[in-house]
Amino acid sequence: MNRWESVIYLENGHSFEGWGFGSPSARGGELVFNTGMTGYQEIITDPSYARQIVVMTYPEIGNTGINEEDVESDGRLYLSGVVARRYCKVPSNWRSTSTLSDYLAKSSVPGIEGVDTRRITQILRDEGAQRAIIFPKADAKSDVQAYGKKMVQTVPSMDGLELVSEVSCRTEWCFNENAKAGSPIAVVYDYGVKYNILRNFEKRGFKVWVVPHNFPYQDALALKPSAVVLSNGPGDPARVEGAVEQIQGVLGKKPIMAICMGHQLLGRALGANTYKLKFGHHGINHPVRDNLTGNILITSQNHGFVVDEKELLSRGYAISHVNLNDGTVEGMVSEKEGFYSVQFHPESAPGPNDGDALFDNFMRGFLR
Amino acid sequence: MPKRTDIKKIMLIGSGPIVIGQACEFDYSGSQACKALKEEGYEVILVNSNPATIMTDPELADRTYIEPLEVAYVEDIIRKERPDAILPTVGGQTALNLARDLHNAGILEKYKVELIGAKIDAIEKAEKRDLFMKVLDECKVEYPKCGYARNISEAQEIADRVGFPCVIRPSFTLGGTGASIAFNRESFLGEVTKGLEASPVHEVLIDESVLGWKEYELEVIRDSKDNCVIVCTIENIDPMGVHTGDSVTVAPAQTLTDKEYQYMRDASIRILRAVGVDTGGSNVQFGVNPQTGRVVAIEMNPRVSRSSALASKATGFPIAKIATKLAVGYTLDELPNDITKKTPSCFEPAIDYVVTKIPRFAFDKFPRSDNRLSPSMKSVGEVMAIGRTFQESLQKALRSLETKLWGLNPLSERRRLRSGTSWIDGIRNYLSEPKPDRLLWVAQAYREGISLEEVHRLTSVDPWFLREVLELVQEEKKIEAVAGNVAAIEAPQMRDWKRMGFSDAAIAHFSRSSEDQIRSKRIQLGVLPAYKMVDTCAAEFQSATPYMYSTYDGESDLSPESDRKKVMILGGGPNRIGQGIEFDYCCVRASMALREDGFESIMVNCNPETVSTDYDVSNKLYFEPLFLEDILNIIEREKPWGIVVHFGGQTPLNLSRALHRYKVPIIGTSADAIQVAEDRDKFRALCHRLKLMQPESVTVSEREDALAAAEQLGFPVLVRPSFVLGGGGMAILYSSREFERWMNRSVEISPDSPLLIDRFLNRAVEVDVDAVSDGKTVEIVGVLEQIEEAGVHSGDSNSSLPSFTLSQATLDELERQTKLITLELNVIGFINIQYAIEDGNIYILEVNPRASRTVPFSSKARGIPFSKIAMKVMTGKMLSDFPIIDKKSKLFYVKGPVYPFKRFPGSDIILGPEMRSTGEVMGIGKTFPEAFGKSLIAAGVKLPKGGSAFLSVKNADKKELVPIAQELIGLGFRLTATRGTADFLSQNGLRIETVNKVNEGRPHIVDHIKNGEVQLVINTSALGVSEVGAAYELRRATLMRNLCYFTTIAAARAGVGAIGELMRVPVETHCLQER
Repeated sequence: MNRWESVIYLENGHSFEGWGFGSPSARGGELVFNTGMTGYQEIITDPSYARQIVVMTYPEIGNTGINEEDVESDGRLYLSGVVARRYCKVPSNWRSTSTLSDYLAKSSVPGIEGVDTRRITQILRDEGAQRAIIFPKADAKSDVQAYGKKMVQTVPSMDGLELVSEVSCRTEWCFNENAKAGSPIAVVYDYGVKYNILRNFEKRGFKVWVVPHNFPYQDALALKPSAVVLSNGPGDPARVEGAVEQIQGVLGKKPIMAICMGHQLLGRALGANTYKLKFGHHGINHPVRDNLTGNILITSQNHGFVVDEKELLSRGYAISHVNLNDGTVEGMVSEKEGFYSVQFHPESAPGPNDGDALFDNFMRGFLR
Repeated sequence: MPKRTDIKKIMLIGSGPIVIGQACEFDYSGSQACKALKEEGYEVILVNSNPATIMTDPELADRTYIEPLEVAYVEDIIRKERPDAILPTVGGQTALNLARDLHNAGILEKYKVELIGAKIDAIEKAEKRDLFMKVLDECKVEYPKCGYARNISEAQEIADRVGFPCVIRPSFTLGGTGASIAFNRESFLGEVTKGLEASPVHEVLIDESVLGWKEYELEVIRDSKDNCVIVCTIENIDPMGVHTGDSVTVAPAQTLTDKEYQYMRDASIRILRAVGVDTGGSNVQFGVNPQTGRVVAIEMNPRVSRSSALASKATGFPIAKIATKLAVGYTLDELPNDITKKTPSCFEPAIDYVVTKIPRFAFDKFPRSDNRLSPSMKSVGEVMAIGRTFQESLQKALRSLETKLWGLNPLSERRRLRSGTSWIDGIRNYLSEPKPDRLLWVAQAYREGISLEEVHRLTSVDPWFLREVLELVQEEKKIEAVAGNVAAIEAPQMRDWKRMGFSDAAIAHFSRSSEDQIRSKRIQLGVLPAYKMVDTCAAEFQSATPYMYSTYDGESDLSPESDRKKVMILGGGPNRIGQGIEFDYCCVRASMALREDGFESIMVNCNPETVSTDYDVSNKLYFEPLFLEDILNIIEREKPWGIVVHFGGQTPLNLSRALHRYKVPIIGTSADAIQVAEDRDKFRALCHRLKLMQPESVTVSEREDALAAAEQLGFPVLVRPSFVLGGGGMAILYSSREFERWMNRSVEISPDSPLLIDRFLNRAVEVDVDAVSDGKTVEIVGVLEQIEEAGVHSGDSNSSLPSFTLSQATLDELERQTKLITLELNVIGFINIQYAIEDGNIYILEVNPRASRTVPFSSKARGIPFSKIAMKVMTGKMLSDFPIIDKKSKLFYVKGPVYPFKRFPGSDIILGPEMRSTGEVMGIGKTFPEAFGKSLIAAGVKLPKGGSAFLSVKNADKKELVPIAQELIGLGFRLTATRGTADFLSQNGLRIETVNKVNEGRPHIVDHIKNGEVQLVINTSALGVSEVGAAYELRRATLMRNLCYFTTIAAARAGVGAIGELMRVPVETHCLQER
């Protein structure tokens, strides 16, 4: 791999120069940071990062390469770029089959290393998530600043961006055709589903159907599901077209488990609003209190939007989980309407398995 | 749950003297616990035998006892103080064991004292191997397969289960001797046969070999509501087979994917629950097969540990403090994150840097012992460094070690290698076994053309780390390319090197220029370090706690602006023999004094075990190497009003000259005065001027002149070579023949490394005097009289405050001389002077114009905070500002050393001019013998109450042995001795049995010792001369059987007196706050 000089340019005028890895192309997106010290492979394959550039705050990235198992999508990458303090060219791990750089390059995703990722994180923390672009320095010819400024304007803003239709499947498909006959069926609305959600249902004996975000609810119900799952996904929940109607169609008829984007869309289906956080939650160390038990879960999180608490409460819904860092809604539950919904990622990947029991709770509490 | 209100008084148990495996980290955890409990309004009763600790400072706990950590003494304290609860989890294994002993003795029940933080059955489950294996089975966590065999056929059955290679360990051999590895069935049978023979109970443990596996540690915290968080993962660079305390380790783990990490996280939480650790911190260790990823649990500690201290410093998460608050009822979500102040403690720290820890060893002090590393810990200290990349943190850690490294220094062929092998094979040999400085040898291997693959085969170190080192070595070539053309280095190039962690000195070495040249070039290019914060959250939240580290990366987090005067304290660096916790005590007290007076105190240190590197001790903490470049960088940024080099021991004092050259404002005693004290010629002139005596001495720079010079001084002489191959520095030599023999043992004498010869003051009494001065008046801090005669290093000697033999006239003269020197040197702050008194003459042996090892001891014995006073006079106050009320104590305070001999198979226990003790205890009593006896007990000596005493002394000691032997008989001991000693004593009318020396046929004395027929050993020989053969074998057997022994006649006299006194007087304890 040849080294090339690379630049990341931020909407607010900050720019950082480093070295490129992955694809030597120019890509823009919303710049967010993730504080996980492990799990870059799951992060880059997570469709929820569509059109985002992820700053890894942990400085040594690439150490364990890429393996064949820890993939959270069908193999496609949806994110726009990776920013690291230092990229490790030669990985070391017994499962590794490829390098991060080669993996990114195959999907034309650029990476930039050698930049002060802590400083970038502070900028995002203080000034909020914003648009940015990674490009080879050579592209800029002479004036890097002017070029960056021009290029970053071509990046669409995440606020009001509809991305689910880009990452959702086109037609319904079965995740595990070979499931035992007579297995209960889970229908998963795919807003950009992480495969570990599917694996969690498979592991618990379900035949898992994955359906597009706007799959008519009548057709979903016709699959005779025992459970309907609303998946995670990228972008602004307010802009996802055709999702809320389907959720409203299922609501009360089948038990629903909702995660992340699914949770936000469910909130909207219930009549609550969603709003954008300053720089979102992206990490694997977020404490969340389960209001029912009082216990704390250390959770995997990846979201820029949240459901408005006041509006949920005013409609009589119970907040089941709260983020201890900033008090935002992390979950809601209704036995009457049969849903169990969380903002964080109980399927982890990456992150602690503290949320694993939620799948069991859902099945115990809602499926009979 | 809020805190408990049903308990009011809580007793904290410390970890006792500093020993290998239990060092400052428990002063850190204990001090944190003490502060945390007081913050919550509990009354704290603290017991620890170690007077050098911060935790035993009377300002910390409400009631402080410096007493032996033994059931009898602790029971006395419990009886008097009636605590409601005991917190035993912050004082290391010592405190846990003591808690268990108190439980077993029924004392907890008798006085209705509750154990908080850990329950007895949880301690047992974690520590007893069979119980722990059951726990692991319950948790479905694998462990190395193993089994006990009493014969070959049982062994074969186990081998079928365990597979090859496997480890065969004979049961109940001392010090784990005789363990071996079998790689196939054939060698297995042979090894088992040998092992069964070696075991006194004819039993071997056969273990699946996990040698060479990757090793990880997880620091876990659990609260009473079953919330669990992982504070940190630590990856060992040295694979399984080396004690984690002896391994180079990094945090967080570098070579695990999330799936693998989460598996360990889940497993460690399951283990914690199954063991039943209700609240508090624990540490779980795992081994991972690097080919298959199979994970096995190795062990868990249900308490805070050395690793948790490291984890706290590495992440900013104060484990001991939080664990203490959990023990009194809080839950994690109720406690705020100390660093961010706005988020809760119930989270897992995210770090955005790499931490490297490197142990520091002291094999040079134990020349005969094997320097191979093993599962038994041998390092005496450690350093930690923080960088944004592994390479940066590694190179910072290397230069933090203070072993004259500026990075991965090239090794020269001068290093001694196994004879008869070539240099390159020597490197291979060195790499094939785990030894200190392994990474330096890895780097050298690359320089000599050995491939990464081969280094990996030889070391089993993960290729990821090996490649990082390789890249550094490859970069050396690029630096070499600018040799002679340093002026042409451009900023991006310089920045690249600095970002890889190369020090200015390293760049200077490879580019054949000077450190100064590189430094000025670098500054001219504007390549300066940034200072970033350890904030627990990777910058996700704003943090206000200035816990900083340097890195060559972008911008600094905080501006150094301050409206207060800044004073910067240079700490003591890694613990080593001769420089340890005492200096950390002084630095911490100094920092507290500065804060009290409204200064901004800035601490610089790199030892993760210490209290001084706790972020809440000083206003600012720089976790940085005590290396000139790094210190100057901080000074340049902070521009302190004053720099303090006098509290951290020899480390900062040694830097004073170089710092002085850069015109930094050293406050207190000036660099010039330090110079005078350290320079032999200048100091000799000063003594001459003041008409003070020094032992006659001579400096020899030619080998041929040495013997004549020694003979002219007259034997015995004390020799101090400046350079010695293969360790073993100072020695006392009694004759020309000994002198010649010593010279032939690879001592180098040349104008560059001269030999210093002093007339040795035979039979002198040594006295250690500390004083503090404001430049006008001098106050004596303490006069400690040594129990052992001169020639035993003062750090290895027992000593007493007040003195127990000196006349008032002598004491007055010592005070006069001390004041004279102090004022002449214009000392502002502390000074320490060592004197020897021979035939009524006072000789000055050494002067250190700084805080000494004995300052905390004397401060506590006298109840006066001298470190605070010293710091304040250094910032301009006068001694008259501190009315020193000497609460004339009627008690005796004895300082007793603790030695690490057991950790070094092969080392001799004979004392000499080289210090070898790792720590100290204090014994307090109404009489000198009682205090001495208590200090012996505190140091772990099992004082015999009767039985058989074995005596064997050198000729010069025989006369003095007579009254000691008489006293022993009076106490009811039977006496046995070797022929010479026995004849002499029976001539003096004493009843004594004669036993064979080792070379006089069997059964001989070592047989008697091994049979448990001896309870006390008095064995003296020439100081500092360890010999092979009979006497050595005797001393080694004594040590391994844990017998009470004395190796000098002076200690024997005092010791026998102490044994008698303790038989007469009741157990009594003294509270420091009651005077």
